[in-house]
Amino acid sequence: MTSTVKSAYWKGFRDGAPFFLVVSPFALLFGVVATEAGLNVFEALAFSVAVIAGAAQFTALQLLQNDAPVVIALVSALAVNLRMAMYSASLTPWIGAAPFWQRAIAAYFTVDQTYACSIVAYEKNPEWTVPMRIAYFFGVMSPVCPFWYVFTIVGAMIGEAIPPEFGLDFAMPITFIAMIAPMLRSLPHLAACFTAVTCALLLTWMPLNLGLLVSGIAGMMAGAATEKWRDGHRAAPKEAEA
Amino acid sequence: MIDHVELWVVIVLLAIGSFGLRFVFLGVVGNKQMPEWLLRHLRYTAVSVLPALVAPLVLWPAATGGEPDPARLGATFATLGVGILTRNIFAGIAAGAATLFGLMAFLG
Repeated sequence: MTSTVKSAYWKGFRDGAPFFLVVSPFALLFGVVATEAGLNVFEALAFSVAVIAGAAQFTALQLLQNDAPVVIALVSALAVNLRMAMYSASLTPWIGAAPFWQRAIAAYFTVDQTYACSIVAYEKNPEWTVPMRIAYFFGVMSPVCPFWYVFTIVGAMIGEAIPPEFGLDFAMPITFIAMIAPMLRSLPHLAACFTAVTCALLLTWMPLNLGLLVSGIAGMMAGAATEKWRDGHRAAPKEAEA
Repeated sequence: MIDHVELWVVIVLLAIGSFGLRFVFLGVVGNKQMPEWLLRHLRYTAVSVLPALVAPLVLWPAATGGEPDPARLGATFATLGVGILTRNIFAGIAAGAATLFGLMAFLG
């Protein structure tokens, strides 16, 4: 590894490290809920290692517990995870040139935190080479993903409900809001966020969590349309001069 | 109680499906140039999907049985405000957590 690649890795590590505080309680909670649903420690861990996506794991587990058919549990959890396909598309222009095996491993570790940190860092540092971007991604992953596994085991071994007074349910929303806030830096970003939130609140009636997907696409369309409109306005005076 | 055969079917298929979703663009498209209109939409992925994911959790938290909760709403505004002003993720998280615990203690 060259020194710039190494420093990109450690920058990612530092940016990802504090997410330990968010991912750990969430994984702990999954371990606890899994135990309450009748899973043993190995099954809970296998779930976390194989799927590595909290919201989808909770969704599948809850539906299985309510005696929903396997197909429904599966489709619902995959619908919750559809955002991963959007993350994958969004990362492709930045790290699509990396070797195949690196892209395969990065795909497995594409979670909310690795995606959100990476996309912010890539946009801030457009001069980074592809190996630096990959190193940064794995830097973010290192202090986050292993603890997803470890704290699933801890939760499954504790196996007791964490009282709601601890407010752990809100660790995830607070983290995501804190990640979004600094991104709201231009009119198209604000338009995308506002549209997505409005749609998400209006579309909660949709089955299989499809409201999230529709809201995400609506937000992206609003952002893209606003950007095009803004750039059109900026370009117009130049054309007049020429 | 969950049927363990069904559980393993779900774990295995969900693992394959989740990896497929994560790999679909990164693996298949790779280095090929994507059209400009698509790239323009992809720039707003994070700022659309993450807010859409949390908005219902903020307004109708499961922990309060789906009733809007002043502590959680307060924490949301504190996180958002501090996050926009400081542009620092962890300042936002700290402000949100402090507000959440403060309001939960204060409001009982």
